[in-house]
Amino acid sequence: MPLETIIAGVMVAALVLYALLGGADYGGGVWDLFAFGPRARDQRALIAHAIGPVWEANHVWLILVVVILFTAFPPAFAVIATSLHIPITLLLIGIVLRGTAFTFRTYDVQRDEVQRRWSLVFSIASIITPILLGTTLGAIASGDIRVENGLLTSGFLKPWLAPFPLAVGFFALALFAFLAAVYLTVEAQAGQLQEDFRLRALAAGVVVGLLALIVFVLAGSGAPTVRAGISRSSWALGLHILTAISAISTFVTLLRKRYRAARVFAAAQVTLILLGWAFAQFPYLVEPDIHITFAAAPKITLQLLLAALVAGALLLFPSYYYLFRIFKTE
Amino acid sequence: MDDLLAARSQMAMSLAFHIVFAAIGIAMPLLMIIAEWKWLRSKDEIYLTLAQRWAKGTAILFAVGAVSGTVLSFELGLLWPHFMGYAGAIIGMPFSLEGFAFFTEAIFLGIYLYGWKRVPPRAHLFAGVMVAISGALSGIFVVIANAWMNAPTGFRLVEGKPVDIDPIAAMMNPAALPQTIHMTLAAYAATGFVVAGIHAFMLRRDPENRFHQAALAIALTVGGVSAILQPLSGDFLAKRVAVTQPVKLAAFEGQFQTQQSAPLRIGGVPDENARVTRYAIEVPYALSILAYGDPNATVKGLNDFPADQHPPIAIVHIAFQIMVACGVAMMLVALWAAWRYLRGRRDYRWLNSKWLLRTLIAAAPLGFIAIETGWVVTEVGRQPWIIYGVMRTHEAVTPMPGLIVPFLTFTVLYIFLALVTVWLLLRQVAASPKDPEPQTQESRVAA
Repeated sequence: MPLETIIAGVMVAALVLYALLGGADYGGGVWDLFAFGPRARDQRALIAHAIGPVWEANHVWLILVVVILFTAFPPAFAVIATSLHIPITLLLIGIVLRGTAFTFRTYDVQRDEVQRRWSLVFSIASIITPILLGTTLGAIASGDIRVENGLLTSGFLKPWLAPFPLAVGFFALALFAFLAAVYLTVEAQAGQLQEDFRLRALAAGVVVGLLALIVFVLAGSGAPTVRAGISRSSWALGLHILTAISAISTFVTLLRKRYRAARVFAAAQVTLILLGWAFAQFPYLVEPDIHITFAAAPKITLQLLLAALVAGALLLFPSYYYLFRIFKTE
Repeated sequence: MDDLLAARSQMAMSLAFHIVFAAIGIAMPLLMIIAEWKWLRSKDEIYLTLAQRWAKGTAILFAVGAVSGTVLSFELGLLWPHFMGYAGAIIGMPFSLEGFAFFTEAIFLGIYLYGWKRVPPRAHLFAGVMVAISGALSGIFVVIANAWMNAPTGFRLVEGKPVDIDPIAAMMNPAALPQTIHMTLAAYAATGFVVAGIHAFMLRRDPENRFHQAALAIALTVGGVSAILQPLSGDFLAKRVAVTQPVKLAAFEGQFQTQQSAPLRIGGVPDENARVTRYAIEVPYALSILAYGDPNATVKGLNDFPADQHPPIAIVHIAFQIMVACGVAMMLVALWAAWRYLRGRRDYRWLNSKWLLRTLIAAAPLGFIAIETGWVVTEVGRQPWIIYGVMRTHEAVTPMPGLIVPFLTFTVLYIFLALVTVWLLLRQVAASPKDPEPQTQESRVAA
C-alpha cells in the first residue's frame, strides 16, 4: 500500500476516534440542554462527571487530524482552509465557547443562576459545533470545492451553504447525541437515570436513521460521486449490511437493557458510517480536484510522519488506557 | 484596514492571547509538582493545599489555552494557506510531535485535576511530572517551527519551489536551540514572577501566613533562577540573530549606519526619515562585543539592506528595549531575593522585608510584558517575510475577503474570555487559607 494511503488511513482513524470520544462529549452538551423532568439536575451532574476528566484529551484527536492533514497533504489543507474559511471560523468559535464555558461552570460560584448561564453557553456551543463540523466534512465530500491551476474557483459560500453539507451537519449532531446517550446509560450504572438516557438513546437512534435517509437522498445531487461510491462499489454492500446489523443491534440491546453491548454496537455503527464515507471518497482528499497522490508531501516527510505517528501511538494508547481505567471503571 | 493587515492583526492578537496561557501551562505544573513533592516528603498539609489551589487555577487557564491553541492551528490555514501549502511538508514534523506532547499533557492533566482521590499519591505526582514535561515539550516543538520561519533550512529552492526537503534538517535550524531555550526560560520566569507577586500581595495583607510564604518561596525559586539565566540565553539568541538575520539585529539596535566598533544603544527613538536613532544612551563598543564577541567587529546597518527588506524599525527597536529592560529588572530582583535568602533562610525570615514584597508585587507583570514584547521583536522583526528570505507575508495570505470580521469577532471573544478568567482567578486568590484544609478542596471537583 502506498505510504500516502497509509497516512490517510491513520488520519481517518483519528477522525473516527474524534467522533467516538470527542463527539460524545458534544453529545453530552446536547443532553445538558435537553435535561428535563424531576432528575434534570442529576442528568446534568452525570454528564459533567462523565466529560470532566476526559474532554481535553478527547479534543486533541481533532488537532491530530489537522496536523496530519497539513503535514502530509499541505495543498489539501490550504484548499479546505481557504474555501471553508467561514464554517471553520464558526466551528472554532464553537470549540472555544464549549470548552471554556464547561470549565468556567466547574469553577465558578455554585449558585443556580450562575451555573445555568454557563450551562446554556456550553450546551448551545455543543450543538452548533457538531453541525459546523459535519457541514465542513459534507462540503469536502460534495464535489463543489473546485480548484484550477492551484486557484480556488468555487468561492467561499457555495461549497458549504447548500442542502447536502448542512444535512450532514445535522446528521453529525444526531450521531454525537446518540453516542452520548448510549454511553451515559453505562455511566449511570442503574436506576431511573439510566432509564432516562435509554429513552434518549432510542429517540436519538430514530433521528439518526431519518437523517441518514435524508443525507443519502440529498447526496444524489449534493455529492454524486461519493453517493455513487456508496451505492455501487463492490465493497459497498458488505459495509451497508454491517452498518445495518450494528444499528439494529444497538436498538435491540437498548431495548433489552444490555448497555455495555449497546455501547459497542453504537460505536461500531458510527465507525462504519465514517469508513463508508472515507472509502467512497477515496482516492480524493477533496472531491474532485485534490487527489491523494498529487497532494502528498515528499516521501521523506511521509516516512518521518509515519514514524512519529507510530512512536506517538506507543506513548498515547497506554496513557489513554490509564486515563479511562481511572475514570471510566467503577 | 485592508485584508492583509486584518489577517496579521488577527494572527498577532491570537498569538498574544494564547501565549499567556501557553506559558502558564508550561510553568504552573512545575510549581504544582514541587509543592506536591514537598507535601509527600514533609507530610505538611500546607503544601497539599497549595498544590490543590494552584491546580484549580491551572485548570481554568489550561482550558483557555487548549482552545485558543486549537484556534491557532486552524488559523495557520485560515489566514496563511499559501504558507501552509508551501511549508507544511517541511515543518509539519514539529507540529505533529507537538500534537502528541499536547495529547500526553491533556491526558495526565485530567488525571492530575480529577484524580486526587482516585490514584495513589505517587501515581498522582507522576501524572503531574508528565504534565510538566509534556507541557514544556509542546512549547519547544511550536517554537522550533517558529524558529524555522526565522532561519529556514532543510530544503533547496528551485524555480521558487522547495525541493530536496529534509524535515529533520528543518527542525535543526540554527535558530531552534537559542529560541527554544529563551522561550522556555521566559515561561518559567514570567509565571514564577506573577505567582510570587500574587502571594507577596497576600503576605502584605496577612503577614506571617505560612501558606503564602511557602507559595512565594516555590514560585520565586522557579521564576528567579530562570530570570537569572535568561540574559545568558538572550545573549546566545542575539548572537545567532546577528548571523542568520542581520537586518533584524540592526532593527533591534536602531543601527542605521554600517559601523565598526558599534555602540550598544539603550533606549532611544529611531527616526526612519532622518536615518538616526535619537536620545539613546550609547555604550561604546558594546554592540560589536555582544553581537560578535569582538570590540572591533563591524555591524551592518539598515542602510546597507534594501529598503523593501526592512521591518518596521521603531516598533522592533522599542519592543526590544522594553523586553531587555524587563528582563534585566527581573534578574536584579531575583539576585536581591537570593541574597536575602542566603542570609536568613530559617522560618522564611528572608521574606520579612516590606520592600522586597513591594518590589515583587511591582515586578509581577514584568515577565509577561517581556514575553509579549519579545514576540513583537521576533515576529515584527521578521517582516516583511513570513519565511525569512523565502516568502513574503503578503504572498501567504488567504484570498478570503472581509477578514476584518473574524478579526473583530475573535478580539471581542478573547476580551470576554480574559475578563472571565481574571474574575474567576481573583475569586480563587481572595480566600487566604490560615489552616490546612485537608481533602476538602478537591472534593467538589472530584465528585
